[in-house]
Formats: sequence, structure tokens, C-alpha cells
Amino acid sequence: MVITENKEMMKFTIQNHKDTRSGFGDGLFELGQDNEKVVALCADLTGSLKMDAFAKAFPERFFQIGIAEANMMGIAAGMTIGGLIPFTGTFANFSTGRVYDQIRQSIAYSGKNVKICASHAGLTLGEDGATHQILEDIGLMRMLPGMTVVVPCDYNQTKAAVKAIAMHNGPVYLRFGRPKVPNFTPADQPFEIGKALVYQEGVDVSILATGHLVWEALEAAEILTEKGIAAEVINVTTIKPLDEATILASLNKTNCVVTAEEHQLFGGLGETIAGMLMQNTPYPMEIVAVKDQFGQSGTPEQLMKHYQLDAAAIVKASEKVVLRK
Amino acid sequence: MTDFEHLKRIASQVRRDIVRMVHARQSGHPGGSLGCADLMTLLYFDHLRIKAPAFEMNGLGEDIFFLSNGHISPVFYSVLARKGYFPISELATFRAIESRLQGHPTTHEGLPGVRISSGSLGQGLSVAIGAANAKKLNKDEHLVYVLMGDGEQQEGQVWEAAMYAGSKKTDNLIAMIDYNHKQIDGPVDEVMPLGDLKAKYEAFGWSVFEVDGNQIEALSEQLESCRKNAFHGFPQLILMKTEMGQGVDFMMGTHKWHGVAPNDEQLEKALSQLEETLGDY
Repeated sequence: MVITENKEMMKFTIQNHKDTRSGFGDGLFELGQDNEKVVALCADLTGSLKMDAFAKAFPERFFQIGIAEANMMGIAAGMTIGGLIPFTGTFANFSTGRVYDQIRQSIAYSGKNVKICASHAGLTLGEDGATHQILEDIGLMRMLPGMTVVVPCDYNQTKAAVKAIAMHNGPVYLRFGRPKVPNFTPADQPFEIGKALVYQEGVDVSILATGHLVWEALEAAEILTEKGIAAEVINVTTIKPLDEATILASLNKTNCVVTAEEHQLFGGLGETIAGMLMQNTPYPMEIVAVKDQFGQSGTPEQLMKHYQLDAAAIVKASEKVVLRK
Repeated sequence: MTDFEHLKRIASQVRRDIVRMVHARQSGHPGGSLGCADLMTLLYFDHLRIKAPAFEMNGLGEDIFFLSNGHISPVFYSVLARKGYFPISELATFRAIESRLQGHPTTHEGLPGVRISSGSLGQGLSVAIGAANAKKLNKDEHLVYVLMGDGEQQEGQVWEAAMYAGSKKTDNLIAMIDYNHKQIDGPVDEVMPLGDLKAKYEAFGWSVFEVDGNQIEALSEQLESCRKNAFHGFPQLILMKTEMGQGVDFMMGTHKWHGVAPNDEQLEKALSQLEETLGDY
């Protein structure tokens, strides 16, 4: 293997630890101040979704729906008809699988401008266990024609994404999570839907990560550097539409890829990338994802380690994939 | 004053359109469509305060109607076309490939007059509540109407929406149920009895009115009364007793014509009972 020097584009440091759901709540509150067409709907999880600030500041534009997610999706679809921009808030499980047909018919097929905002996605929901830890939501949402699927990686980026999706005309699925995680991207960053971001350049392997796994990918890259492997780290902030140009440019350089996501292997980022590569240029690929399993109760850290969704798993996959070139 | 004789003549043509559309494609739902022809004619040619033939998706400054039981699309398409939202000749494309008149109504092909896709049942009441909420935020005092089927009341989402509208006092909303007591598999009372629908909605905080859905004068009176009741702190429901297949004798009194098309002979027999008043498409 040729050892090359790792060229760093931007040195990321942890500014603090914050939950991405607070990025949603803070972004929504600021959005409410800027845009009076923005309304928010919640299915009895206002505190969990950090929507309290919006609800308090704009009571006439906040709609408590109760534990009735199907009704919430329908009401949101109807509100767009009056020109409003509804943001629905509940856990990712109840934002997707529970209401798939409502989203499919009343929102996606009807082309309605609803922003489906989903917290507590994936294993890091933690102790509530598998009933609430949806690992299939990215797949469900990206299969719907016209649906945009955005998965920001930290607090700052989630806040920026909330504002960006309000400017986009069409249905959007925004996925974020529960625990406090490293907040390392710039505050007040612009967020461009459909743009994958190259966070670190390298020539030996491309690591494509999304959501909570982006920080893990950056940590993995550091470990890989010590092992003489120069990893290119790309934050796939948008699963759909996929930034094929940025990803293919990286792969054409590194000739192998590892994907990392807090999601089921089936239907997630990994399969999305694999499908795209097979229709362009196939490269050796390893997927860091949950392998056809349900989750379980535990702390977020325990679960990510148990299901091998951490920096160590990304390092292992990278070492494996470079040998397959 | 409402010219009821004129409305009845339109309804007769709408019924001709329905059976001809379904016959042409040998596919579609004539029974419920015929049963709701009087209501739909009354709504679009008299009661609704709409800007037709002009159409804007946002519906600002006009009443909005949603069809939740989307399978009765033939009656919806007929009144929309006859009202001028799109060319009457387009009715000939019903359920054909690349038509804007899909099997169930949709916004996807941009058909004027349609504001939501429906067909998968139970979703329209929620959508109507959302549109009603938007009207209030937009300070638009026009009303939102939604028609549902009786079998559709078996969907759980209907009751989520019913609870919301009653509790949150969605009082710019008028819902209607096509209560013909029939669904695909047979009589509603055999498939899954609805119990006392009036009492159930009333228990959810609605004002409920019962009327003969095939008596256009009575229906008109009830709709006008509901308009006057609007903005008084409660949602309203009209339980319309209708006859599936109304206007075509051999399609009445049975659930068998819910989703079955007439053959050539049956078409002629049906058309002989329905006066051509406005000219066939």
C-alpha cells in the first residue's frame, strides 16, 4: 500500500456537546421569528422535540395534536393548501412507519410542502428500546417519489438545516436525535440541501458518513492516519437527492469506500451509495450499519459499541476495504 | 332563489356522465357516485362560494371542498368539468393512461379543482381540518367542506380527526357522510356495524344533522343552516341518508354496483332512465 500524506482541509474541534434535537428546536424558534408562514404541529412530545420555545412565542401558530400522528400528517398536508409551511414534530418512529400511508398519499403524492421533523432516530434513543429505535426510516422516506431526506450531523448543522428546508418547496424528511453529541461544525453555517461536504481529504479510502456517525468518521480518520491510511471523510448531509458528483469524484480518487450510519443496512445510506456506484463505477465497499437486527435498551454509548457503529468499527471496515482494492 | 329544477337537470346529466365514464373504461365506482350526484351538483352549482372556473391551489377567498372517499371520482370529475374547471371532453379520458382523471382524484397531474389526493380512506377529514386551521390563520372566513363514505368511518384516523375537531372547536368545517349503508363486501351493518354514528360524533363534540341526501331541496336547506351555524364553537356533520346507485333502478338497493361497470346493454338501460339535459361529452 502506498502511504500518502493526509491533507487536512479543516480541523474540526468539539465546541461543546449538544443534542441535535435542540438544534431543531432552536432553529424552529428562529425560523418562526423570520417567517410567519411557518407553523408547528406536535403529537404530545413538545418537550422532547424542544419545540417549547416556538410554542410559547407563537401560540397561534403552534398546534398540539395529541397522540394522533396520522391526523397530524393529514392536518399538516391541509395547512399547506392555505400557503402555510407546517413542521411536524414527533419521534422518528412515529414520523414514518406509523404514518407511512398518510405521508405517501396526503403529502408525497399530493406534493405538499410539509416538513416532517423526526427526533430520537436510531439506537441513540437509548433506554426506551427497540419499540422506539427506528432503524428503517431513511429507507422508508427515500423510497417516496419527490421526498427530500436530510440527516444533519450535529447541533449547529441541524439548526442550519431547519432554516434551509423551510426555503425548499416540497416535502422534506429531517432526521435528528436525542443524546448530547459533539457539536463541531461552524455556527451560522449555510446549509445546502443535496450537498455532500468533504470534511477531510485523503487518497486511500473514502468514508461516507451521515448523522451521528460523521464525528465517529472523523475520529476514525485520525486513527487511520496513525496506521498510514489517508482517509477522505465526507458528510452526506442529504440522502436524497444524493450528491453523486462529490461522491464519485472522491471514489475515483480513493477507489474504495466505507459508509457509516445509525440505520438498518437495508435501505439506508450504504445501500443508497451501493446502488449509485453500481450504476456508475463499482468500487470495493464496506457498510457500517445495523445488520438486519432490532435494537435493545441501553445507553447510547453502549448500543453504538454493541452494534458496532463507532470509530473503531469504521477503522476496521476501512482497513478491510483498502485490502480489497 | 335557488332554481332546484335547474339543479335536478344538471344532476341528471352528471349521472349520465358517471355511467358513461365507468362504462367506457369498464372500470370505476358507479354506485356511490350516483348516490352523491345530488349533493355534488348542489355544492358546486349553488352552495359553495367558489371562484370557478378559476382555480388556485391555496383556495384563499373561497370555500374549499375535499373528497375523502376518492373512489367516487366519477361524480367529482363530472361536476368539476361541468362547472368549467377543465374541458368536458376530458371526461372521456377517465382512468385512461396519461389522463389527468386518474382512478382516484389526485393533484399529481395538476387537474384543476382537486386539492388533495384521496383513495386510501380515512385521510380527508384530517386534511380538511388542516385547511380550516389555515383559513383561520389567514383570516379567511370561507368554509371547508369534506365528504366521507360510511364504510370509511371504520378507519381509525377518522376518529383521531373527529376528536381533534370537536376538542379544538374547528367551527369553520362542515363534514358530510354518504350514509348508504353499503360497502364493497356487503351491508355496512354486516361488515362492521357503525353503531349510532350520530351519537358517536355528538360525543366527540360535533353538531350532527340528518337529512335525505337525495332530496336536493332538503339538502340545500341543511347546508344553508350549517353555513349560518359556522363560527359558533363546534364542527358540524351532515349524515346524508342516500341510496347507492340512485337514479338507475337496477343499480339501487344493492351493494353490487359499488365498483362494477355496466356492460353495453346495461349502459343503454341506465341512460334511458337519465335525461340528457346539457349534452353528453
